[in-house]
Parts: sequence; structure tokens; C-alpha cells
Amino acid sequence: MSEVLGVEELSRHFRVGGFRSRGTLHAVDDVTFTIAAGEIVALVGESGSGKSTIARVLAGLYPPTSGRITFEGQVLGTRFTRETRGRMPMVFQDPFGSINPVLRVGHGLLRALKLHRPDISRDQRVDEAVTLLEKVGLSPGGDVMTRYPHELSGGQRQRLGFAQALASRPSLILADEPVSMLDVSIRIGLLNVMKELRDSEGVSLLYITHDLASARYVADRMIVLYAGRVAEEGLTEEVIATPQHPYTQLLMSSAPDPRLPLSEDVEHSDLGEPPKVIDPHAGCRFAPRCPLVRDECRHVDPPRVDVSATHHAVCFAVAESWASR
Amino acid sequence: MSLLDVNDLCVDYATPNGPAHAVSHVNLSLEAGEFLAIVGESGCGKTTLLFAIAQLLTYPAAFTGGSVVFNGLDLTSLSPEELRQRRWRDISVVMQSAMNALNPTLSIGEQLADACRAHTDWDGERIAARSAEVLQMVSIDPVHLASYAYQLSGGMRQRAMIAMALLLEPQLVMMDEPTSALDVVAQRSLMRQVEDLRQRLGFSVIFVTHDMSVVSHFSDRLAVMYAGEVVELGSTRQVFDQSRHPYTQGLMEAFPSLLGAPRALTGIAGNPPSLVEPPPGCLFAPRCKYVFETCRVLAPELVDREGHATRCHLVNPVVVA
Repeated sequence: MSEVLGVEELSRHFRVGGFRSRGTLHAVDDVTFTIAAGEIVALVGESGSGKSTIARVLAGLYPPTSGRITFEGQVLGTRFTRETRGRMPMVFQDPFGSINPVLRVGHGLLRALKLHRPDISRDQRVDEAVTLLEKVGLSPGGDVMTRYPHELSGGQRQRLGFAQALASRPSLILADEPVSMLDVSIRIGLLNVMKELRDSEGVSLLYITHDLASARYVADRMIVLYAGRVAEEGLTEEVIATPQHPYTQLLMSSAPDPRLPLSEDVEHSDLGEPPKVIDPHAGCRFAPRCPLVRDECRHVDPPRVDVSATHHAVCFAVAESWASR
Repeated sequence: MSLLDVNDLCVDYATPNGPAHAVSHVNLSLEAGEFLAIVGESGCGKTTLLFAIAQLLTYPAAFTGGSVVFNGLDLTSLSPEELRQRRWRDISVVMQSAMNALNPTLSIGEQLADACRAHTDWDGERIAARSAEVLQMVSIDPVHLASYAYQLSGGMRQRAMIAMALLLEPQLVMMDEPTSALDVVAQRSLMRQVEDLRQRLGFSVIFVTHDMSVVSHFSDRLAVMYAGEVVELGSTRQVFDQSRHPYTQGLMEAFPSLLGAPRALTGIAGNPPSLVEPPPGCLFAPRCKYVFETCRVLAPELVDREGHATRCHLVNPVVVA
């Protein structure tokens, strides 16, 4: 499979605080991953894990502090061309805030087509827009085009978000928590749209979420982030079947599932607060919450352990259990 | 006698096209110390029902029938002043978004004190002591009495809201999606805390959510709402393990699992009906995969069988004369 996106040692830091308390917030630190053509990769983590920052850097909303991003074989600079933006559009979290309420549904779609698809004539644009709407399950497309956003439900608006993203014929769609504001009953329909787009259009998706179960449902591979760093990465079924990192295990046991008995192994005192990483020293960032914490975790960066060719975790405890095998 | 009895409660919203029946003929009862969850999609009337129980409805919502009997007293018959005296002392509400429910310009301590002063004649010392005590109950260090909402994380804000709701030891705490803005780990920890406090302090909980998996391990009973009606009501395990209503079954099929082999899910196609001009017959009929003749003409009744009630013609066949 050819690579669509390559991210190498990406970091993004922010200056925070006032005059006296100036610090540097390490939102993303040395994150490396790739996305292949026609692949859905899930970026999983709690709020504050840096997952949205990665999406925003990829979308060109802020420049990276350091690191290299390769998209379709070319290194991305700090200025994006319209073509790059079109090849890598973003679908946002909030379906109520991301669509202009005073313009008809068709407007945004036709405009995207006008800007990004010079190859099709004005008359063909309407047909193309209708096709796009029907691809994401908004039919009849012609009727939906003439409606205003307030006439659509949250789920329909998010589908519209995907139709607009598709208009520029992307190779990669950045989907930042596209279902987290929707009702549980609507979510599955949208996750199915994402899978269909991968299968029928061959488009890759970066799916950003804090919900491990939905990531498992759509994604081919998943990357678990904690406090700006990769904790674990692997093929979805490998990570779900044999989660290595204590943080992934915590996420797995916290996911509510009526089909499972309530897990009692979760640390009772864990209040689920990921840290703000301001001027960090070396060491594992999960150490303060980790049940397997040892001395070295607190002042040495943990090593990367390759569990298989497609699965790795960054953890001392995992390294030890693999060394003794 | 039960703590709370909701009888035939109806709430309409005034719209330009006529009244929308947001809550229609809801019957519920709640025992002291019980945890009742109400689940449903957005727009199903679950929050409106909660507000109706607390008598907090304002225009365009209007109470159009039924009664809310709390401790033997019909809340709908009380004057605003009588209600004011009972609110927060007897019934408290935890709102959905703690960020919007907390005042950004007042410290947490000032807000707790404000609630105490409005409902009690406690002196400053007692208010301070009680405020520190409730914060500790929800695992927040009392130093945060001096903190402002923006200085707390999402999980802490939501726990501060719960602390505020517990200030006057109410018998009933109503929670409107308190976990929906939280991550899974914080969500699980908040649910455990609520459950812990309930068992220690013995208050009743009504918990409204759109995600039934959140309450699956915590609630005693579960009510599923659809288009303003209760369509299924039973013990939580009954509703999960032997769901009878096609809508509940659809909801159960709507969330992916971390267990078992991966499989394709479909969810529930279609949208909820208009509440201004509801379709005749069963309100779920247009989306139901088992729909048959009777469903489209005759509205089903909520029929209780061994403590597990369902509103569906499939479960409770009617003989058409």
C-alpha cells in the first residue's frame, strides 16, 4: 500500500502563562506515524492528549514547532496551496457551528466544487453536488440542496460535512471527533458512511476520537495518545485483543459496555485527569496514574517496544515483560 | 409510599404551527434511594420531563396535564414561593453543561454559599464548613473553594456541580446528562462517585442520558423514551437483556463493542416524528422494521407485565374488533 501521509517526529508547543509564569505547553511531542492509501487510522486519547492539535497542524491551521510532514510524496511547507487543502480537508466536531446557517445547503457544496474542481462546468456542478449528497446518504440530493442547515438534524449536518469534504476529491479526510456531539443512535450511521467512503472512494481517513469502541468499529489501525505522546500503536484488532500499555488498558476498562460486568480492577482513585504538559522533564507522562509505575518511569523516557511488526507500545513495564519472555 | 409519583404528565411547547407534544402521558414512580435512568434520543422529551418534575418549565413550554406528587404533595398545585422553599432542600438538579451552569465570575465557594443563603438561615461558619464537606465528598480539595470555574478541569467542574446539588441533603437529585462532555475515564469515575454517594447518603437519582451504556451498571430501573412517550420501562437488566420494544432493541444495536468479533451495525434508520402533527398509531411505526397494519392506526398502550412495561403491539397484541 502506498503511503498518503507521513508524520515524522512532529511536535507542537504553545507559549502559555503571563509575564511571570511563562511556560511552554507541549501539546504534541515527537509523534511519528503514517497513513496508507485507503486506510482509516484512529487517533485515540482523552481531551488534552494532543489529538486535535495533530489534526490542526495537518490541516495547516498552525505550523508545527518541529518535525516533518509528507503528504502524497511531498514535504509540506508552512503555507498550503489550495490544492493541498482540497486533497486533505477536515470535518469538524460541531455540526451546528461549522455550517453557515443563512445559506442553503447547496451553496457550500457548489462553492467547494467551483474552487476545487475547475475541470467540471457550471451545469455539471449541480449534478455532481447531488451525487456527493447521495454518496453520504442524504437523498434525494436535489431536495436536500435547497434546504437550510436548520432543517437538517445533527447527523444529517455531519453527513453534509463529509459531502463537502468529498467535493474536492481528497485523498485524506481529517475527521476531528465527527460523531461525539451526536446521539449514540445516530453515530453508527455516520461511522458506516466513513467506512463506505474508504471502500468506494478509496479515500483515507484520520479518525480522531476518545471512544475506543467506535475506533475499533471503523479503523484499520489505531494510535493511542497520552499527553502529547504515542503510548501504543498497532492494527486495531491487535491493540484491542492484546492491549500492552497500561493507559490503553485503563481506556479499555473504562469504556461502558452493558454486555460486560462492571470491571473492578480499575484504580478507584483514578479521577481521569490527564495532565497539562508544561515544561516537562524526561520520564513517562502516564507515570503519576500508572498502576505499574516504577522508579525509572519518573525520570527516564520509556523505550519503544515492538510487540509485533505492526504493533508497538512505549513503556518500561512492557519492555520488561517482553525481555523476560 | 413512593417518594415521587408522576401521573399522566403532559407538556406542550408553543410553536408557530401549534402545540408540540414534548411529553405526553408519562407515568413514573420512584422509591426513596432508587436510581432511575431515562434514556432516549435528543428531542425525545427527556430533559423536558426532568424540568417538568422540578417545576422549572418556562414559556414556550407549558404544563398541560397530570400531576407530580413528591412526598405526598402535588408540586403542580404549589405557589412559586412554596416551590422556592422546597427546591434545593428537597430536590436538586445537576445541569448538563457545568461550564455554563457555573458562574464564571464567582468562586466555587461563593456559589456554594449563595445556594446556602438562599435556602437556609445558616451562619457563615456553618456555610463554610458544609461547603468544604461537600467538596471533599466528591474528591475535590477544599482549597478549590477559592477557585473559579475556569481553573478546574471538566471532570472537576462536573463534580463541583454535584457537590452543590448535595449541599442541603436533598431526597432527590436529578441529573441531566452530567457525563456527556467528559472523556470515558472521567465519565466512569464520576458514575462511580455518584453511586458511592447515593449508597452512603441514601438520596434518589433520576439520571437523563442519550447513551444507555453509561448507566448500564448503575441504575436500578431504566425508562426508554421516544417522541415524548415512555416506550419501555423495567429493571435495568431486564431492559438490557430482554429488551422488548423494537426501538430499545435498535438502541442496543447502535453502539459498537470492544468484545467479540467485529461486525457491521446498522443503527435505526430515519428520524423521530413531528411532535406537532404526530402520525396516527404508534409513533415509532415509520421507523420500525416489524411494523404491521395495526401499528399505523392504533396507538399502543404502555402495558406492564411483571414489572417490565412496554408500549408495542408486537409485545401486547390487541384484538381488533
